[in-house]
Amino acid sequence: MDMAVIELSRLQFALTALYHFLFVPLTLGLSFLLVIMESLYVMTNRPVWRQVTRFWAKLFGINFVLGVATGITMEFQFGTNWAYYSHYVGDIFGAPLAIEGLMAFFLEATFVGLMFFGWDKMSKQAHLFVTFMVALGSNLSALWILIANGWMQHPAGAVFNPETMRMEVADFGAVLFNPVAQAKFVHTVSAGYVTASVFVLGVSAWFLLKGKWMPLARRSFTVAAAFGLASSLSVVVLGDESGYALTDNQKMKLAAIEAMWHTEPAPAGFAAFGIPSNVDRETHYEVKVPYVLGLIATRSLTGEVTGITELVDQAKVKIGSGIIAYDAVETLKTDAGNPAARAAFEENKANLGYALLLKRFVADPRKADAAAVDKAAWSTVPNVPAMFWVFRAMAGLGFFFVAFFAAAFYFATRRQFGRRWFLRIALLIIPLPWIAAELGWILAEIGRQPWAIEGVLPTFLAASDLSVAQLWTTIAGFTLLYGTLAIVEVRLMLESIRKGPEPIAEPGDADGPAPAGGYAPIAAE
Amino acid sequence: MDIPLDYETLRVIWWALMGVLLIGFALTDGFDLGAMALLPWVARGDEERRMVINSVAPTWEGNQVWLILGGGAIFAAWPFVYAVSFSGFYLAMFLVLSALILRPVGFKYRSKRGGAAWRAGWDWALFVGGFVPALVFGVAVGNVLTGAPFRFDTDLRLSYEGGLLGLFTPFTLVAGLTSVAMLVLHGAGWLSLKVEDGPVLARAQRFGKVAAVAAILFYAAGFAMLAFTDMGYRITSVPDPLGPSNPLRTTAVHAAGGWLANYATYPWMWAAPVLGFAGPLIAWLGISRRNHPLVFAGSSAATVGIIASVGASMFPFILPSSIDANSSLTVWNASSSHLTLFIMLLVTLVFLPIVLIYTSWAFKVMFGRVTTAEVRSNPDFY
Repeated sequence: MDMAVIELSRLQFALTALYHFLFVPLTLGLSFLLVIMESLYVMTNRPVWRQVTRFWAKLFGINFVLGVATGITMEFQFGTNWAYYSHYVGDIFGAPLAIEGLMAFFLEATFVGLMFFGWDKMSKQAHLFVTFMVALGSNLSALWILIANGWMQHPAGAVFNPETMRMEVADFGAVLFNPVAQAKFVHTVSAGYVTASVFVLGVSAWFLLKGKWMPLARRSFTVAAAFGLASSLSVVVLGDESGYALTDNQKMKLAAIEAMWHTEPAPAGFAAFGIPSNVDRETHYEVKVPYVLGLIATRSLTGEVTGITELVDQAKVKIGSGIIAYDAVETLKTDAGNPAARAAFEENKANLGYALLLKRFVADPRKADAAAVDKAAWSTVPNVPAMFWVFRAMAGLGFFFVAFFAAAFYFATRRQFGRRWFLRIALLIIPLPWIAAELGWILAEIGRQPWAIEGVLPTFLAASDLSVAQLWTTIAGFTLLYGTLAIVEVRLMLESIRKGPEPIAEPGDADGPAPAGGYAPIAAE
Repeated sequence: MDIPLDYETLRVIWWALMGVLLIGFALTDGFDLGAMALLPWVARGDEERRMVINSVAPTWEGNQVWLILGGGAIFAAWPFVYAVSFSGFYLAMFLVLSALILRPVGFKYRSKRGGAAWRAGWDWALFVGGFVPALVFGVAVGNVLTGAPFRFDTDLRLSYEGGLLGLFTPFTLVAGLTSVAMLVLHGAGWLSLKVEDGPVLARAQRFGKVAAVAAILFYAAGFAMLAFTDMGYRITSVPDPLGPSNPLRTTAVHAAGGWLANYATYPWMWAAPVLGFAGPLIAWLGISRRNHPLVFAGSSAATVGIIASVGASMFPFILPSSIDANSSLTVWNASSSHLTLFIMLLVTLVFLPIVLIYTSWAFKVMFGRVTTAEVRSNPDFY
């Protein structure tokens, strides 16, 4: 294994995935905001709601194409860059991706064309249905992708088959109803709703500050404030659910997030501050809030949260058992009927992946000495300081959004659209939900290391047989292409925002010029 | 759980479904690719270009999902094939991806600004987005027929010999050009149905005629090379259609003429190449008689026939290895597990008909020719 190939393959995956996820959250949330706005148009029959819907739909479109374009890369990248991964878990992991295409992406992509081109070709109700199908498709798409990702974090319902040298599905229901996947799905789509709400609110705030397109801006502000409040509450509460799912399923990730080097007596304290060190294996200057972690993670006063050192000790035991499984698989390769090897394999197969960790240090895991086992066991600890800080930044942003939307909702219900300090804040914080969403993915994926599939397949064994030169070629190519497209996208977005909505076709329906102070009750029109 | 269909049957079904998905992609998104490869040549001036772009704009996105689904379904049902082909053709895949990334952006962004240079730049990006995938997909199919340079070790870990340039040989170039001619013809067939009577339609017909002739010639050349050069493989071990998916359980050899053996054993398979040759002829006739639906029917038949003939020639091989024939992937050794194939079949049986229903509805809503008047006045047009 050339570690440079592994690191570059990871870099490319991280770059293309994080870039893809710049566009996805807005699609997830804005599609539902469009449904809300268009429903208001269909119900009230006021042209201004048509104008509102079409304006945001235009911005939706500019964002949407890049999500689609960069999504193709994601679908193919497992094969191009992670060929051994594709072989090793394709029997399970391929299914949600295929179902995503069949059930979700077809829906989204077919109806999105009609959404843009069908305004004059069908009834209002039919068009609303089309918009709803786009929202449904994009959100179902997220569901299947997160079922796939959830399985990487918690590979339920699969067993290793020595005859085919890969994981195979044993219980498809366990793959579908994976608790990690469920928690991740609701958390991720809620994050998308928050992103879209911040975006719509921020752009509307800019219009309100400039005194432009006030009827559109006030309505958009109100819709986004309400939707954003609900979503930000949901993202925090369901994010907690996601953390709770770690308690049983990814103990090491939870311990790393908390930089909890040793198991503490229950209920464990929550480290509000600290400087964790991977080298010293302890957290300096730690400030602990008693009880909180134990309460969040176990939802009890007696449940114990296991510390890193204890989990490493458990990993050593699993490595020992994994070596037996590995030895049995080597025997079964040439002597498939060997009953002793079969029995040894059956007993230890759950830990086979832990023996594979040793391949980083020795060619044949069966020849590993105690030092190699120790190194392999400690390699199961992800980057603790990164986990610690990334989590706190993400969660902090989550709480900020709740406060922000609570204020926005308050102003919207009181028709106070002229609070300039708040409008300025709303404009300035537009980038924050994207930062939070990217941090969330970094947390999820760094926290899974060193595994590609938790406990099953180490990342360093999962890559394709590529050269460093090939990888640099594609990394440079993607960077250039994606970088250019990002600049073009942002410029077109800004141009479209500056240009504003199309004029309202029917006369007499827009409300009049806004009174001084910049706000007027919506009911006035 | 008891699976009501045996492993062999499911493998054959999934082999056929892989064909259905690839043909679905070529039949639908194929004309988008072809129309974009034709864009700079059939349309002069901004209005004509926009007419061509808007003839595909409302439906291309759904069409492209056939490719995404094809990728996902091959991952789910044929993980070995997914792993070997995508990583083995690494830089070629990157070329295709880059071209395919330009396409959606080109459609959406091109007409958002007025500058001539801006629009001309995106027109060429759209051309690349149509032409390059059409060519590289064909070259890739050519390489599938000649075999790819890969082998497995006993952990079933893959290794390759050879890089991007090794993919381009006389035969694979002929395959690539067959694909370009076939998809350009299909693009011309689509434009025959979708643009108003005028200069764009007339040029599309002219290019269609050239493409029809080229498709027949390149396809015939490819077929001749299958017959007269030493191409083809043969399984030497006893096939085990019910056995576990492990490529190392099969032995195979390089065998000249191996790709024509199926036509002797199963004469009904001739239907595929016959359709492949008849399709372009029908399209040519359609153009001569100004029968536009016939042009599209002919180009569709060509697409179905040519792609199906690749599968028919190779069965049960899916992807042979040119450096270690014993590593070759076949229908009997490269699939997912029995249970996964069955579950995925159920999912497909439920959802594919639904997809076909709403896709047909989308095409019905957008039925009709794009006119200059509409290009000038419709605010939703790109």
